[in-house]
Amino acid sequence: MDFGPYLLLASLEGAVTAAVLALTAVGLSLVFGVMRVVNVAHGEFFMLGAVLAWWVAHLVGDAHPAVGFLLALVVAPLLVGGIAVLADVTVLKRVNYDPERTIVATIGILYILQQVTLMTYGPDARPVEPPFNTRLALPFVEWGENGLQLYWPWGLSTTSYKLAVIGAAVVVLLGVWGLMARTRIGLLMRATQLDRDMALAFGIPVERVYAMVFGIGAGLAALAAVLIVPIQQAHYLMGGDPLLLSFIVVIIGGLGSLPGTVLAAVLIGLSDGIISVFFSPTLAKILATLLVALVLVFRPQGLFGVRRA
Amino acid sequence: MLEIDRIDAGYGRAQVLRGLSLRISPGEILCLLGRNGAGKTTTMKAIMGLLPLTGGQVRLDGQVISELPAHRVAGAGIGYIPQGRRLFSELTVAQNLEIGLRVKNSGPEVLEGVLELFPRLRERMGQRAQTLSGGEQQMLATARALCVEPRYLLLDEPTEGLQPSMIEAIRQVVVVMRDRGVGVLLVEQRVDAVLSVADRVAFIENGRNLETVAADDLRRDHSVIERHLGV
Ligand SMILES: Nc1ncnc2c1ncn2[C@@H]1O[C@H](COP(=O)(O)OP(=O)(O)O)[C@@H](O)[C@H]1O
Ligand SMILES: [Mg+2]
Repeated sequence: MDFGPYLLLASLEGAVTAAVLALTAVGLSLVFGVMRVVNVAHGEFFMLGAVLAWWVAHLVGDAHPAVGFLLALVVAPLLVGGIAVLADVTVLKRVNYDPERTIVATIGILYILQQVTLMTYGPDARPVEPPFNTRLALPFVEWGENGLQLYWPWGLSTTSYKLAVIGAAVVVLLGVWGLMARTRIGLLMRATQLDRDMALAFGIPVERVYAMVFGIGAGLAALAAVLIVPIQQAHYLMGGDPLLLSFIVVIIGGLGSLPGTVLAAVLIGLSDGIISVFFSPTLAKILATLLVALVLVFRPQGLFGVRRA
Repeated sequence: MLEIDRIDAGYGRAQVLRGLSLRISPGEILCLLGRNGAGKTTTMKAIMGLLPLTGGQVRLDGQVISELPAHRVAGAGIGYIPQGRRLFSELTVAQNLEIGLRVKNSGPEVLEGVLELFPRLRERMGQRAQTLSGGEQQMLATARALCVEPRYLLLDEPTEGLQPSMIEAIRQVVVVMRDRGVGVLLVEQRVDAVLSVADRVAFIENGRNLETVAADDLRRDHSVIERHLGV
């Protein structure tokens, strides 16, 4: 394959990574922004989403794969969100959302979720069938006898499911934006983020807002995982990479800034896809981590964040 | 009656308020005077439930509001105008006021009444709070507290850094609220500003009461002020 089509293929793979990463990282960013909690267990909520998606699809059994998948798309994020709310009320609230103690507490939650999954679901990687998966050959342009013309290079293709993942992520991100910018609960969340004490002094039940934000953050990670599990398989250790990449994205995007997080996810996801295809996935992670170090040194408010007064 | 009854409060292990008591009646302006660091802001935070009390009680018309969760205090009837204004800076004027209105689920007629006191805010409803001038920000902070339909108002240095015309506007609103029967606890650095509105003045030092005197007596005799504030 020529360089051009190859780059397009790599970019498409990168766009799928970016879409899933954006959802996961926006969940982490929301939790950090509103609650000032660094949620180390975020990757495990992602993993739980994938594992629950497998359970749901498995329980539904022989019906059309779309039935199990669509059910998982609803059930897994709700269940994971509920587990997160429970973790918030029973653990984070008890340590008063103290920044250092919440880090230790979420590390504890990480191991509990991981080990419980290992004991119940086991160490195997299990696939979930995609609801649809048509192979789509993609055209590219070249100079022919009659000027620019389309041709279909051998090997340049994607699947309808991958395109649907990108589309679904865009829809969900627009939904999150609408929730924050256009609804009453979004207003309360933003007020809490801006000044917790004044939110309390003006009647906002901050603890309930926190529980809800922690649930939504975990639910977004779970949703991202349900979307990716037909491509990647569910495994109890799959939470590590999304956690690392989400942290990278949240730092580069500017802590707590949702638009910055999405932009950074696109940047990191695309470059991860492209570098992985042309060089190696390890190099992609090395470069992303290096970028974080540079950002922390030279632009601690993040590439797209604003410096706080 | 808003009664602060021998409260102890502080930050972590550092105790700031020590057995502090204050009483504010409806339709009265009580001024709190004390040097920097005396505990005036801390007193207001303690009333709002933002600091845990280690002793004493805060009662509003007999209801013990210091036992309520912090987010229920405003709804009991207290509007708070904190030091430094503390607006929701990235939200618009309208959204800041909406948060105040939500406390008692008040309707548009309450907002209308508040905007009559602050007509300048009406033209700026869609503007972000952080883009307002200092005086407009203070107006917004006051308006946000009035949206709570408070029976008692806490104002912490509301005229800090404002131009004389703004100071006068804020003073007039405070007097209007007093005349409507709202009890006011006012912290103010400038003694002349205090004497022009106060009914009574409470002096505090190191989180303790010194003495509480009628403002009329102070107007006649400044020596008490000099003794307690060293001005
Ligand atoms: N957030 C805080 N943490 C620890 N100590 C504080 C805090 N805020 C104020 N203090 C201390 O509490 C005391 C009273 O402060 P404050 O109530 O702000 O005084 P005032 O408003 O009368 O100037 C001071 O000694 C101050 O250093
Ligand atoms: Mg003060």
